[in-house]
Amino acid sequence: MSDTHAESVAFVRKTEIPPAPPPVTETGAIKWVRENLFSGPFNTIMTLLGLYVVYWLLSGVIPWILNGTWEGSSIRDCREIIGDTGGGCFAVLGERWNQLLFGFEYPSELYWRPTLAFILLFVTVPQVLFISLPRKLLILTGLYPFLAYWLIWGGSILIPFFALVGLVLGYAAFTRAERINFAAGLAAFVVAAVVAWWLGGFLTAAAPNFLALEAVDSRNMGGFMLNLILGIVCVSLSLPLGIVLALGRQSRMPLIKYVCVVFIEFVRGVPLITLLFVANVVLAYFLPPGTNFDLILRVIIMITLFASAYIAEVIRGGLAALPKGQYEAADSLGLDYAQAMRLIILPQALKISIPGIVNVAVGLFKDTTLVSIISMFDLVGMIRGPILSSTDWVGVYWELWAAACVLFFVVCYGISQYSQWLERQLQTDHR
Amino acid sequence: MNKSVFFGALAFTGLAAAGASAATLEDVQARGTLNCGVTTGVPGFAEPDADGVWQGFDVAVCRAVAAAVLGDPNAVEFVPTTGKTRFTSLASGEIDMLARNTTWTFSRDTDLKFDFTGVNYYDGQGFMVPADLGVSSATELDGATVCIQTGTTTELNLADYFRVNDMSYEPVPIETGAEAVQQFLAGACDVYTTDRSALAAQRAGFENPDDYTILPEVVSKEPLGPLVRHGDSEWFDIVKWTLYALIAAEEYGVTQENVEQLASEATDNPEVNRLLGTEGELGAMIGLNQTWAKDAIAAVGNYGEIFSTNIGEETAIGLARGLNAQYTDGGLIYAPPFR
Amino acid sequence: MTASDLQGADQGFRIGQLINDTRYRSITFQVITLILLVLGIGYLISNLLANLADLGQDLSYDFLAAPSGYDINQQPIPYDSQSTHLRATIVGALNTLIVAFLACVTATVLGVIAGVLRLSKNWIISKLMAVYVEAFRNIPVLIWIIIIFTVVANVFPQPRDFRGDDATASPIFGVVAATNRGVYVPRPYFTNGFGLSDEDAIAEVGDDAVAQAAAQGSVIDWLVILAVLIGSLLATRAITRWADRTQEKTGKRPTTWWMSLAAWILPITIVCWIMGLSWEIPELRGFNFQGGLLMRGSLIALWLALSIYTGAFIAENVRAGILAISKGQTEAAAALGLRPGRIMNLVILPQALRVIIPPLISQYLNITKNSSLAIAVGYMDLTATLGGITLNQTGRAIESILLLMLFYLTISLLISFFMNIYNNSVRLKER
Repeated sequence: MSDTHAESVAFVRKTEIPPAPPPVTETGAIKWVRENLFSGPFNTIMTLLGLYVVYWLLSGVIPWILNGTWEGSSIRDCREIIGDTGGGCFAVLGERWNQLLFGFEYPSELYWRPTLAFILLFVTVPQVLFISLPRKLLILTGLYPFLAYWLIWGGSILIPFFALVGLVLGYAAFTRAERINFAAGLAAFVVAAVVAWWLGGFLTAAAPNFLALEAVDSRNMGGFMLNLILGIVCVSLSLPLGIVLALGRQSRMPLIKYVCVVFIEFVRGVPLITLLFVANVVLAYFLPPGTNFDLILRVIIMITLFASAYIAEVIRGGLAALPKGQYEAADSLGLDYAQAMRLIILPQALKISIPGIVNVAVGLFKDTTLVSIISMFDLVGMIRGPILSSTDWVGVYWELWAAACVLFFVVCYGISQYSQWLERQLQTDHR
Repeated sequence: MNKSVFFGALAFTGLAAAGASAATLEDVQARGTLNCGVTTGVPGFAEPDADGVWQGFDVAVCRAVAAAVLGDPNAVEFVPTTGKTRFTSLASGEIDMLARNTTWTFSRDTDLKFDFTGVNYYDGQGFMVPADLGVSSATELDGATVCIQTGTTTELNLADYFRVNDMSYEPVPIETGAEAVQQFLAGACDVYTTDRSALAAQRAGFENPDDYTILPEVVSKEPLGPLVRHGDSEWFDIVKWTLYALIAAEEYGVTQENVEQLASEATDNPEVNRLLGTEGELGAMIGLNQTWAKDAIAAVGNYGEIFSTNIGEETAIGLARGLNAQYTDGGLIYAPPFR
Repeated sequence: MTASDLQGADQGFRIGQLINDTRYRSITFQVITLILLVLGIGYLISNLLANLADLGQDLSYDFLAAPSGYDINQQPIPYDSQSTHLRATIVGALNTLIVAFLACVTATVLGVIAGVLRLSKNWIISKLMAVYVEAFRNIPVLIWIIIIFTVVANVFPQPRDFRGDDATASPIFGVVAATNRGVYVPRPYFTNGFGLSDEDAIAEVGDDAVAQAAAQGSVIDWLVILAVLIGSLLATRAITRWADRTQEKTGKRPTTWWMSLAAWILPITIVCWIMGLSWEIPELRGFNFQGGLLMRGSLIALWLALSIYTGAFIAENVRAGILAISKGQTEAAAALGLRPGRIMNLVILPQALRVIIPPLISQYLNITKNSSLAIAVGYMDLTATLGGITLNQTGRAIESILLLMLFYLTISLLISFFMNIYNNSVRLKER
């Protein structure tokens, strides 16, 4: 067979031909560009349009940044330096940076205190966020709110100390009394904490200067610090409240259920700004004559109530998503309501609700800018009020707003990225 | 103190449990600081400087009261208020007095239950236009777009003025003075209207102040003055007479410079002696020490000095005394006798 | 209490049963809650009354009948400074509804487009959309509103730039004038409609405004137009149904696009011709453009900011909705021979809608609530009239804010009510 062929055919290939490389248009970058950018007339048009938008954005922003100046002490200096190159006057950020961050009334020699509190946040938060770290470190996290309060507001360390002692004693009483039942534990907690605070009040009054930092009035808080304080405090306070409301809404007791429903729907139905108006102008009417909270506390109360309604709805979603079997299993083990919730239901429901809670938290943090409307000088309030009205910087707005955008974007984007990471970490079901 | 510790611990946040009871003087003395409501920023009248220290004409009144009551002009907590919040802040006791170029009107004095302690600036609402608009009188403003700051008497005056003169206009209400100016400079409105003093103050901050003119019409009476809550006559007297002490000091030639010397021993002028406490018991009559007026004048100067350092013709704001001259110079500023 | 006592007497009732016996426990808790609730509310009300008595004030809505004394620039219904506060309130409420409606429509369009494009295979387009979504989701809406307001005021030309021979700006197509005070567009009116004979409106606003009232046309004209459009809509649906039936019977689908087009265009053209549709072109007279329809800078800023901001959220909802449809659906549709466009329209979107609608409802609610930020740019919505100037001028804080909250609450509840009905109707009937 082979012989005949060998004679009739001039050449026979003995080896396999190596595969030819694919055409240039079907490989590498070119293929990618063809498939992804120019796969059809519509796609081509969209690509060109997209490229034009990118060019338009960059052509506006890049000269503005590159030709901008960080020198000068007023808009007039800036104008001289920049000329007509279209650069930005970033000098305002340099000169007013501390005001943007801390507001204009926080004593400048004390800036290290909120800064330290902010840095400590990063030391204490990872224990909550990254599950792999040792659990013991959570004690640090528990101490943090008191330490941060002392650092930011100043005053005697006895105030936050006794607040902490009250909580710790309360918890100890709770664990003792809980053996009877949950309600008794709760009552013991309240009694122990109040007694500790009451006694602590005398001690603090006796030694008001014990380890005291210079006190700063909360009225003097401002700038981005105020946004962060409001955001962090209100979210942390609204979480427990939201859980209680969500459980209340699921309750089989009609009265409790309807109280929760009315509260949640009312708060979700009105804009935050009206609640801030309440904090600002109406709340004082409902307090006993003669008392007067300061504005920041009134605002914290209202924002916390606002956030807790939204968090309650998120957690309700988590509770509803749990299979009924979980509730039944808890019942069949003979757990009472408090135990079932604490040990079985809430850990799972909260895990499901994490993305929703983070969304609420980010939204809430952004909404803290609304306090500028009720004459508080947060970041937006600082820009709209003192900085833009100062004669030195009249007419410098793009730079200031850009700075505000960057600050908010970094924080919010960071939080949302983190929540996505956490979601993946906590994913225990195998899909 | 117990209460404040308890609440503070409870909420993990600062809480100043301050009383808004009838005895404001006692509260202020117990607290050690005066809570004084001011604007969120009008150059020359009340504005924090780059170091965050409040400066201005209204601020000086606060400092004078603090000096008279507490002996320390820096023992003042300045509470920025907007047009919306100023009255509720005062009514709720958050602030002890309001020095925020607030117009003295009948309804504010009676219906809103406040007491105006006098007038520290006689103002009137005016209009500012770009010079190249070619307008020389407010009567030519038919059809114009007008920027106003909301929450003030200004918008009511404006509506009345255009209505009486049978003209139409397009109001552009803006929340803060700074933003109203920004809109005006960008040409988003033809006219900017507010009190003439504020117009002058803000024009001074423009890049080219000469490109803008303030029209001659004064469309309203705006007597601006500090106010306190209704029903606390002792506190009312203190704020009122501190203001008059500043005014009287100018009349008698007592200045920040010579006040120490004049107060060291009795002078020939019995009125000055009574004012500065070297004669008579005026301080005790209003529940303060004998040097209350001296402290106030030493802290901020007399009325004329306050005027000229903050808003006078030598400053960038450049306001003439006009109606705010002493009655001896043909103005309306007049203090009742100190005796 | 007496009932349980009697019952207890029979069965040896002990006090402890109130806590420990599940039969009574819920009643005990509810009674305690009720008592606490009543005490709490009573406490607040007694404080309120004491405070009001101290200040010599009372609660009354009489101020609503008094003349308001201020002017409002955007008036959906006739209004001047002699009108009552009640009328100012209504004008504000209508303005809120106008901007909320406009923003809902544009936000939906924007969100759907951005959400679909973000899943596009085109790399540039999908990245651009990702940048858009992240930038707007992570920066507070208040900042966006102020930025867009600043852009409008500083980028668009002033009206006087349109004046004279050396005008630096000219109206787009000679009819649309984009100034920094707002955009003037031609206003349609009917020379032959029912509007000119509407004497009530003329009588109400007085002689001065006769021309204005007449030019404003009558509501009836627009109702006629609306009726015609609804008729056209019904007609096109009838045509589609007829085409469906024909297809089912004969297997062939008749060509219907020209019928639908005619059903839309012919009736409206005829009606407009009969009623004498004309356009009022804005002209530069005096300080401003006169005539035409003015969309003020504040409306544009609020409208754009709300729709772009909310659009970013809707885009995420749309994306999640599309991703929630399993890939098998796309593959099955492709196997049936459907083109990509039809797969999206006929298979994916209808199913995705079920996932998209519920979050869409809450986005609409958010728009309505966020429209209260109008106060930051001076758009005269309800918060600016009732909650702003009226509150300031009358000092009736409690009454005004209560009314304000009730309004938003009503709107929110109405929107969620109607959307829930729709939501139920499209829900997959599952067992």
